[in-house]
Amino acid sequence: MKIVKIIALILVVVFVGIQFMPTERNKSDIVPPTDFMLVNDVPSDIKNKLQISCYDCHSNNTQYPWYNKVQPIAWFLEGHIKEGKAELNFNEWDSLSSRRKASKLRSIIKQIESGEMPMASYTLIHKKATFSEEETQKVVKYMENLKDSL
Amino acid sequence: MSKLKLVLGVVAITFVTLTAVSCKDAKNEKNNSTDHHSETNMDEDHSKMNHDNSDGHHDGEKKEMAMNGNGTSQAVLNDYFNLKDALVADDNAKAKNLGAVLATSLGSLDISKYTEAEKSELKEIVEDAVEHAEHISESEMDHQREHFKTLSKDITDMVAITGTKTTLYEQFCPMYDGGSTWLSMSKDIKNPYYGGKMLTCGKVQKEIN
Ligand code: HEC
Repeated sequence: MKIVKIIALILVVVFVGIQFMPTERNKSDIVPPTDFMLVNDVPSDIKNKLQISCYDCHSNNTQYPWYNKVQPIAWFLEGHIKEGKAELNFNEWDSLSSRRKASKLRSIIKQIESGEMPMASYTLIHKKATFSEEETQKVVKYMENLKDSL
Repeated sequence: MSKLKLVLGVVAITFVTLTAVSCKDAKNEKNNSTDHHSETNMDEDHSKMNHDNSDGHHDGEKKEMAMNGNGTSQAVLNDYFNLKDALVADDNAKAKNLGAVLATSLGSLDISKYTEAEKSELKEIVEDAVEHAEHISESEMDHQREHFKTLSKDITDMVAITGTKTTLYEQFCPMYDGGSTWLSMSKDIKNPYYGGKMLTCGKVQKEIN
């Protein structure tokens, strides 16, 4: 039993220790005029859904409830935000050409339809980010229409 | 004692998640490194030097361009067709390499001889197409094919501006993703979206000269 105690102690120390490791926070108060929500007329329920489910990784402003600040979750988020923003940044939507918008919309539709986005490892912690059947249909339809109107 | 077990459990779970997450990232990194390799095996294809760039700035830059393809739309088309053939053959690894090759030749496409309007159109096409080619260089088969669809549209639009030396065939398969097109040098149908699963789905929709 003693060995178990020692291992537990080490793990606890490590767990507490990593809490003090610095991580970069993805925070910005400025919503640029190129933001997806500002340039498109997005119905409020869809707007809400996207902000809860996608903006944490695909915008300049991540919401940080306490659990997002706990390691190793914070690290996990930091890595995905960097990668996610490089793929798609909703804040910079209007700086894309029509061709690229259409391309991104196609990609967004594919990701939501196939359930690849939001990432499963993320919805594990953020239950509210999951899409119901109905929400999927609604958001996909909106994105389809937006693509056709470009 | 049970409290200790609980703590132990929580910590263990935390570590398992952490490792799971880092495994995924490691996989991505590995993919990236294969892209870099592939950049080297394309030199043979287009060794023609880029000529009459008479203002003669930056020798180094010129050399790099020649190495990464000769900057013509024909080089882009060649790389696109090679990629298409890899998808037809259901060869994920080869398509990854060729996606990276195509991204490079797209990036070095010389657009200086076109009108301003064409230039800006070509720039947008290239920007979009490079992104899809890069995705193809790091994805699994299904995902490669998704990106190949939009990529094909980009390349078709490019050809509408740049023209083509040889006759091309725009082919269409109504079954893949609500109908999808691609380009081919031959009339025969070999479907890059299905490969061996449904090789002959499609028909020639248009001849491009
Ligand atoms: C936990 C962070 C996270 C969340 C939340 C998230 N994404 Fe992503 N997203 C990523 C990462 C990381 C990538 C790049 C790697 C990849 O493609 O898996 C990405 C890539 C993408 C891509 C490009 C994929 C491709 O291959 O073309 C799209 C489109 C996308 N996300 C849309 C969304 C949408 C829409 C939502 C909300 C429903 C969302 N994401 C939520 C992290 C996230």
